[in-house]
Amino acid sequence: LPLKGGLRSQVSAALKEGRVTPTELCQRCLALIKSTKFLNAYITVAEETALKQAEESEERYKKGQPLGILDGIPIAVKDNFNTTGIETTCASNMLKGYISPYNATVVQKLLDQGAVLLGKTNLDEFAMGSGSTDGVFGPVRNPWSYSKQYKKKSVPKSRSESEESNWVITGGSSGGSAAAVSSFTCFAALGSDTGGSTRNPAAHCGVVGLKPTYGLISRHGLIPLVNSMDVPGILTRCVDDAAVLLGSLAGHDPKDSTTIQDDFMPFELPNLTDVSKLSIGIPKEYHAPGLSSEILSLWSKAADLFKNAGAKVVEVSLPHTRYSIVCYHVLCTAEVASNMARFDGLEYGHRSDMKESTEIMYAATRREGFNDVVRGRILSGNYFLLKQNYEKYFVKAQKVRRLIANDFVKVFRSGVDILLTPTTLSDAAPYMEFIQEDNRTRSAQDDILTQAANMAGLPAINVPTALSKRGLPVGLQFIGRSFQEKQLLTVAKWFEKQVQFPMIQLEEVKRHDSGVFQHQKFFSFS
Amino acid sequence: QKVSVEVLDHLEHLALVDFRNSEGVERLQKAIQFADQLHEINTDGVEPMDSVLEDRWCLYLREDDVTEGNCTKELLENAREKVEEYFVAPPGNIPLPKLEERETFLQGS
Repeated sequence: LPLKGGLRSQVSAALKEGRVTPTELCQRCLALIKSTKFLNAYITVAEETALKQAEESEERYKKGQPLGILDGIPIAVKDNFNTTGIETTCASNMLKGYISPYNATVVQKLLDQGAVLLGKTNLDEFAMGSGSTDGVFGPVRNPWSYSKQYKKKSVPKSRSESEESNWVITGGSSGGSAAAVSSFTCFAALGSDTGGSTRNPAAHCGVVGLKPTYGLISRHGLIPLVNSMDVPGILTRCVDDAAVLLGSLAGHDPKDSTTIQDDFMPFELPNLTDVSKLSIGIPKEYHAPGLSSEILSLWSKAADLFKNAGAKVVEVSLPHTRYSIVCYHVLCTAEVASNMARFDGLEYGHRSDMKESTEIMYAATRREGFNDVVRGRILSGNYFLLKQNYEKYFVKAQKVRRLIANDFVKVFRSGVDILLTPTTLSDAAPYMEFIQEDNRTRSAQDDILTQAANMAGLPAINVPTALSKRGLPVGLQFIGRSFQEKQLLTVAKWFEKQVQFPMIQLEEVKRHDSGVFQHQKFFSFS
Repeated sequence: QKVSVEVLDHLEHLALVDFRNSEGVERLQKAIQFADQLHEINTDGVEPMDSVLEDRWCLYLREDDVTEGNCTKELLENAREKVEEYFVAPPGNIPLPKLEERETFLQGS
């Protein structure tokens, strides 16, 4: 039972009272990871160290001295965060075998509070992608593919084909983390969010995905993609848990000069009952081309929910929305071109055997180490940064970024407290369908509703809302004012309570290996 | 407007990453086309934005005290080629071979 509880309200109490021990929790999660291996959510499982951490936690509970709510709680971390002694690959050949010599600040903070690090989760290579399908360890499967809810609604082509060809993607790039939380193998997971990489898979996997305000949580140790937009993301099963994680991670880090210096006060979320003082903005431009009628309808119902509860709901305009994806494309590739320059084989990571010259070695290393998506972005970024293009593209994009950020400032100044938008254009696509289009096209399509928040540095959260007619999760997004996470999460929590999103009903699964029928071990949930 | 082979070659030099095949070049063309939409927007009088935290003065000079270091061993662990406390690189100051002389897809263009 504790496997499904809220951290503050249920799990922490159960641990304190000894109804469950940290080692039990850890062992159950590890067993579940093994039995859900086909999801491919984890790249590395740190079984030994996790059990050791659980034992140490147990000692603390026995003495009545737990470090806090997170003591003994199993968590997973996206594989683009450095973790001492544990391989950090970014799902790339470039970093296969790279054992981090240090912990990312956020990882260190979690460990300092007694959290149990179960392992590193799968992602798109170097966090570039919106499907978690483009890493060298293969794609992540959405646990909902194996749910009663999805199976009920899907038309099986034939019994043998159904699971293997029907499974849906997790979204990305933090798909492994989202799948891990969604399938109960951990209580919370860290992701990263540069253009929506935490919120997108959260929406598809039916979990809460929080993108904090840029500058609130340290990026030290998060292998950077876009320094001016990256943030560590938090994935949990309920909004309260996201607040707990936020409380333990936020705050100034002297090792990250882009973190603000203001003191951060961790908070508990009030149980909001009166929303009459709230003003919810509905940005009309988020009715984007390609938005499914189902999600449009859910969005509208959500707006009505607030209205009927007494909140002020107004349509607002963010006029530059449709250019934000273009702007993002230029700024992202430019910063990526710069950030990926560090991978040259000399100090860490893959190194080519070619050794005629440094340049030849660098070129060969990068040729061998990066996939097409990464190489494509590096080359595009370098193009936009060429002397003849710098003003036209890079500086131009920076100007457009200001326009986009200003759109939000204007709307929030007009009295709106929170914006309500869809998170994704549709529910999760089947993998076979998703891979029909290339990564860049998919990213451009899927990031459209999420990345403006990264451009403006604003906090945003996906709250699972309802199941689609295919039986898959659909989430809605709330965007808040800078550093007003408490207000954002309070509203999100109220909404979560109203919608009562259903729990995933994972079934026994029969696995068929290519051509040869094999019945694998099942897992079951009480 | 197609990108010239000279520019493509130049990019391969700068990025030390290759286009690999025609898809790679096509990918760049599409990326440029996509980015060209930026020129539809009027940005007269708008200052470029480097950071969303520009009003918050994050950067500060800290005291000139050594707070970390002495981790030579850890840092060398992940390097493949090393001698004592040195990272070993192949000979430098040798430019990448010209287009005609190196193995690149662009040669065929």
